[in-house]
Amino acid sequence: MKNWWKILALLLLLFTVIGGFLIEVPNQVILYETIRNLYFHVPMWFSMIFLFLLSVIYSVKHLSSSNMEHDLIAKQMVNTGIVFGILGLVTGSIWAKFTWGAYWTNDIKLNGSAITMLVYFAYLILRSSMDEEQKRGRIAAVYNIFAFVMLIVFIGVLPRMYDSLHPGNGGNPAFDSYDLDSNMRLVFYPAVIGWILLSLWIANLNIRLNKLKDKEE
Amino acid sequence: MKNILVIILSVFAKLAIAQESIEMADRMRADGKIYVVVAIVATILIGLFIYLFSIDRRLNKLEKNN
Repeated sequence: MKNWWKILALLLLLFTVIGGFLIEVPNQVILYETIRNLYFHVPMWFSMIFLFLLSVIYSVKHLSSSNMEHDLIAKQMVNTGIVFGILGLVTGSIWAKFTWGAYWTNDIKLNGSAITMLVYFAYLILRSSMDEEQKRGRIAAVYNIFAFVMLIVFIGVLPRMYDSLHPGNGGNPAFDSYDLDSNMRLVFYPAVIGWILLSLWIANLNIRLNKLKDKEE
Repeated sequence: MKNILVIILSVFAKLAIAQESIEMADRMRADGKIYVVVAIVATILIGLFIYLFSIDRRLNKLEKNN
């Protein structure tokens, strides 16, 4: 069975929405029931980071092999990752409106993720500005390595160094590991794996579609 | 004597804080409406996955033809 991981993604996500809504969560002021966003908003970022990591791996592969297929995979991983990043930004913004009272604040975590998205938009713009395939592949791959370093800095490092209103402050950028009780972990881990598998599947469809398109040209 | 009074008062204060419980959406659950939402989200999810599987199958066919 070649498609087992796609079915696994469906089962994990079904568990996520059923368990995510029904299983008891810790009672906390300000957050209330929105603590359940942990199962939906946070995995968007995990999926995005996972796809961008795969993308940079394929970029390095492309640099050492000059294989155009690796370049195509790197590009489509970024394309799909950006979709998940936008979903992360929008869901976070909706949540902020109802807990903080504003769609956007100048919080280090919010701005860091927005800058990261801009860095990856620039990757796509850089690609579209060049016609020659080999050259485009190589320059884009080098830029992609820089972009991933920026991602680590803006999402992984800086949020740990400054104060923030975002849940999980003073430690992990997304959640406080001490807030997470065993009930939440029970749903959170399957949720992360489920969403990552789903993002991988969509990226896979994107890659295959674009390979076919390249063949036709 | 003074110490004992302080201890008793502080115990009362703690009890008062504990009783000021955080209001969660327990009523929504009690009315049973949350299950409707869960059913709807699960339906959407299954629908999206069926769609994804169908795209996957069509791509497979195209790949075989090429």
